[in-house]
Amino acid sequence: MNRTFLTRRNAEPAALADVPLVQIDVFRTAVLDAVRDECRVVSFFAREVVDAIELVAVLADETTSELGFVRSRINEDRFESLTPECPQVQLFEREIAEQFGIEPAGHPWLKPVRFQQSWRPGHSVFGETLPGVTDFFRVEGDEIHEVAVGPVHAGVIEPGHFRFQCHGEHVFHLETALGYQHRGIERALIGGPSAKTIHYMETAAGDSTIGHTLAYAQAVEALTGTRVPARAQVLRGIALELERLANHTGDLGALSGDVAYLPAAAACGRTRGDYLNLTAELCGSRFGRGFVRPGGVLFDLPADRIDALTERLQAATRDTVDSAALLWTTPSVIERFENTGTIDTDVCDEIGMVGVPARACGRGIDVRHDFPFGVYRFVHIPVMTAYHGDVNSRAFVRWLELQRSADFVAQQMHRLPATPVRADVAASLAPDSIVASLTEGWRGEICHVAITDAEGRFARYKITDPSFHNWFGVALALRNGQISDFPLCNKSFNLSYCGHDL
Amino acid sequence: MLKALLTRARQGHRTMRYPDGPAPPLPAHFRGVPRIDPTRCPDGCRVCADACPTNAITVAGGTVALDLGLCIFCPECETACPEGAITFTDDYRLAARTRADLHLLAGEERRLADALDAKLRRLFGRSLKLRVVSAGDCNGCASDVNVLGTIGWDIGRFGIQYVASPRHADGIIIVGPVTENMRLALRKTYDAIPAPKIVIAIGACAISGGIYAGHPEQQDGVESMLPVDLFIPGCPPHPLTILDGFLRLLGRIEGVTHGGQS
Repeated sequence: MNRTFLTRRNAEPAALADVPLVQIDVFRTAVLDAVRDECRVVSFFAREVVDAIELVAVLADETTSELGFVRSRINEDRFESLTPECPQVQLFEREIAEQFGIEPAGHPWLKPVRFQQSWRPGHSVFGETLPGVTDFFRVEGDEIHEVAVGPVHAGVIEPGHFRFQCHGEHVFHLETALGYQHRGIERALIGGPSAKTIHYMETAAGDSTIGHTLAYAQAVEALTGTRVPARAQVLRGIALELERLANHTGDLGALSGDVAYLPAAAACGRTRGDYLNLTAELCGSRFGRGFVRPGGVLFDLPADRIDALTERLQAATRDTVDSAALLWTTPSVIERFENTGTIDTDVCDEIGMVGVPARACGRGIDVRHDFPFGVYRFVHIPVMTAYHGDVNSRAFVRWLELQRSADFVAQQMHRLPATPVRADVAASLAPDSIVASLTEGWRGEICHVAITDAEGRFARYKITDPSFHNWFGVALALRNGQISDFPLCNKSFNLSYCGHDL
Repeated sequence: MLKALLTRARQGHRTMRYPDGPAPPLPAHFRGVPRIDPTRCPDGCRVCADACPTNAITVAGGTVALDLGLCIFCPECETACPEGAITFTDDYRLAARTRADLHLLAGEERRLADALDAKLRRLFGRSLKLRVVSAGDCNGCASDVNVLGTIGWDIGRFGIQYVASPRHADGIIIVGPVTENMRLALRKTYDAIPAPKIVIAIGACAISGGIYAGHPEQQDGVESMLPVDLFIPGCPPHPLTILDGFLRLLGRIEGVTHGGQS
């Protein structure tokens, strides 16, 4: 990380005044240089300050486990876009344009992200918008046709719009238009924490409840100087891995279903439920609602239930692994999985992909390993990678990861430290501070950045779901593929619509 | 092929017997219908109401009322109450036919969902095709609606099926608070379903907006634009709660019975 940045560890707070406030050209150069030096942009957002808009960038350096902070203030409604030189910020800049009416001048494809109104009345880049009504990249030619899908899809799935430029079955280009799930979470978080805040976190991406509530809890704990008891740290890790187990298993089942291989689809569909039910044994909710709270967790796991739960975990994992193993020895499945939706490693780096799709391109990035938090500071889960960047690799990484997660949960349930499960948390947050809190959700890197005002209220709270980094990957994965591969490709990423739309 | 058959044989038949047999076991801390004991409430205490993130609890004149349509079944009220006056039971039966039936008043009998009228039951009783629309849901409700199609639950047993086109549907399930950005798409989907049709709102968001109630980016639930025939509260409701609601609507479960347990 170059010297323009203030560096901190994961969930280590800093006084806002210590974050360098530099001219926009210095800010620009610092971010571009850091990305050239193989740092990644984990968050890039704006906030309103007196008479200006402040841009804040948070970069991650995996080699040193450091997070770098830098900011800049702009007094006019434009700044020079970084996207032409750093494609991984393209969506962040579109978001800044939409939320604050600031134009990243020179952005190659500036359009709305969520079709939401600007937060600053009188400052708007896009004016009044209707969902999905925007320019789409078009391929011209007599035999080219355009296919529009969504927002409502054929299955039980969240809404989003997909626009394909096709020549017969061949896809030249896919563009996604999201925002249908936009509920106004980030706007509502300003001025918090309130009684609703933890529930916004639980439902930001409701299938990643543990991942997001944990990122939030870590941010609050950092800003209150709370030490979380060891038993709570382990229980949080167990819950996070159970969330990964359930979703990876569900994804393997759904991928099997998409290629009409029903033995694995049926079995994984069932065992996914077994993992959700184990999460429910921790806290009463299959989705981990009501479990993680700042200071620890709300429910303890009594010793007399651990053997029974371990047995259920192992039975579910045996069935999952056996059934999913059928995939790798069934030629009709392999034929469909291999070389479908391939992303090159260079493209993965360029667009800043994270999580399972990045690891499927051979990129060993994993917050649990690179920016260890909670129990992962003491217990290490091996980072699983594959090397072809296709549907097969994304499926295979999930299969490997769920086995590591099951081992971790089985082991940790028998090693619960004898401490309370919750510590008291100070009523107010440190004023004029900033903290970036990262966790590795089942989809990938979850990043929450909290900035507090002079009273210790949230002046800005930025949530970046892994889906925000990865949706562009789905579009690129379809290039030169078949339109009939879209469901399979989309499922192999299984990104969140609401986590993106917030 | 042989491996697939062996795996299949080892894993066996897994569809549950409910509702003819017992309901599947619920987890240890399951939060079903809340029980309120106002005799334990000290005068003027409103700790539970203040702790509630969705204003589901109202305390007035010595009585405590709870709106199951707003409730997100979080542990905050139970945790906050020093007297143990509000506790969550393991009663998973939450579905109701009217919004008013979701208002829980201490000491009053709840009115569970009753069946469709005879004409609609004749049409839908043995075959109910539903279109599912997510309109701002967090993928919690959608996931546990979807799970009823897996082999353990297998709603196909009851002739219930989620279909890919509104034109093939007898009704619509809506999850999410109905975001402003989904309003038009939801309206078009509803209009494309041939009459007679039913509307099922699943989850706190679809019933009342849930924690998003009041946000200008959404509509405070389905009733803002469509008539609702069945409300299934929860955040998200347990699959058993959803199935119980469907089966009550079709007249397959009646009265206070818990499936085969009665």
